[in-house]
Amino acid sequence: MRDYSLTGPENAAARAKGLASAEWYRCAIPRKRMKELMQRRDGPAIRDTITWFAAIIGSGALLYLAWGTWWAVPAFLLYSVIYAGPSDSRWHECGHGTAFKTRWMNDVLYQIASFMVVREPTSWRWSHARHHTDTIIVGRDPEIAATRPPSFLTLALNALHIKNTIAELRRVVLHSLGRMTEAEKDYIPESEYPKVFRAARAWLAVYLAVIAACFAMGSVMPLFFIGLPSLFGAWLHLFFGLTQHAGLAEDTLDHRLNSRTVYMNPVFRFMYWNMNYHIEHHMFPMVPYHALPALHEAIKADTPPPYPSCWAAYREIIPTLLRQAKDPTYFVRRPLPGAQLEPSTSFAAAPAA
Amino acid sequence: MSNAGWIETCRADEIDEEDVLRFDHGSLTLAIYRSADGKYYATDGLCTHEQVHLADGLVMGDIIECPMHNGRFDYRTGEAKGAPVCVNLKTYPVKVEGGRVLVQIG
Repeated sequence: MRDYSLTGPENAAARAKGLASAEWYRCAIPRKRMKELMQRRDGPAIRDTITWFAAIIGSGALLYLAWGTWWAVPAFLLYSVIYAGPSDSRWHECGHGTAFKTRWMNDVLYQIASFMVVREPTSWRWSHARHHTDTIIVGRDPEIAATRPPSFLTLALNALHIKNTIAELRRVVLHSLGRMTEAEKDYIPESEYPKVFRAARAWLAVYLAVIAACFAMGSVMPLFFIGLPSLFGAWLHLFFGLTQHAGLAEDTLDHRLNSRTVYMNPVFRFMYWNMNYHIEHHMFPMVPYHALPALHEAIKADTPPPYPSCWAAYREIIPTLLRQAKDPTYFVRRPLPGAQLEPSTSFAAAPAA
Repeated sequence: MSNAGWIETCRADEIDEEDVLRFDHGSLTLAIYRSADGKYYATDGLCTHEQVHLADGLVMGDIIECPMHNGRFDYRTGEAKGAPVCVNLKTYPVKVEGGRVLVQIG
């Protein structure tokens, strides 16, 4: 099995092969159209955020009313999936700074969603920047969810966010003591360390407050509103997230070969904030989520055929992961179209004499 | 004014207001900006965080945002405006003569 850590030999090997911080293939789009697609708006994200928090409050009210009865079980599962499922995509889009036009709105929702999805805000911002620089480059990308061979135990544990949460809580404690891991030192500049330490201490304070509330109330109920939902609702963002890259090529410089675009229904697209257009997102990460369907239309002639449904994606992913358990060299080869769109996203001319 | 060290780049009207254009000169890549009030500026063309062409990014007011990681710079001064960019951009003097944008690189 290859060493997927950032501190192993694959890191230097990727750099030696020119795979680190490399130039990636980009579909051609006229500059004017790209500028239109990159335009920020506040309206869609405000609408979606109000809808999301209304759903959290509504399902939380159901849980509160059902507490002490068996109805609390489905109410908790509903609350958890509404709480944790979309928190991943909100963390993600606000981390890119594209969800809202107004910067502080991105920052506020980023901090809240980071806590809800249990990802330390500063560490994961840098981790995700690296994921975009070196997408599925072994030894460089810290966010490869399905290794070759895949670890089914890890995937199963992460359906309840268990392995991730344990790792994250360890890091929170470490960071609150003013220390960083060796892997983090590979992608987080030292000037950012104080932010990491501050956030870790704030998180610890919230966790301690929830535990104190449990003791004060003589009930575990507070943990079922803050804390446990991050675990019990995580299966939804794992379900969405595995469609992104699992089973596809490693160490390629073409997002069309290592990412999937999957058509999803409107409810899933709301929960996932259109990240099902994942080739498009990776190729042009500054296009806001609400413009990804239009970007998809603009470049789809130059991308592999999209998967028509989650079902279609998983019909490929599950057999591929099972096969990779026996043959780690196997991966899905996506077909590239021959057609090219009209050229030029940037201007380059010979200098004047 | 002497033209020593100045190079002719693009036509002034090739850049829309509040937009940016890439210009390559040998191994040097520049980003040339036109602000909303019609002034021209030039910086190094590659982001100081990763080697990404800023000319593929978005100009918003006085800010150029890197198309890859949301790194933001004030293109008038080159100042990095926060993570993930920590190092300022190099800026270059610019003038417009005869409808052409000239940049002093030497």
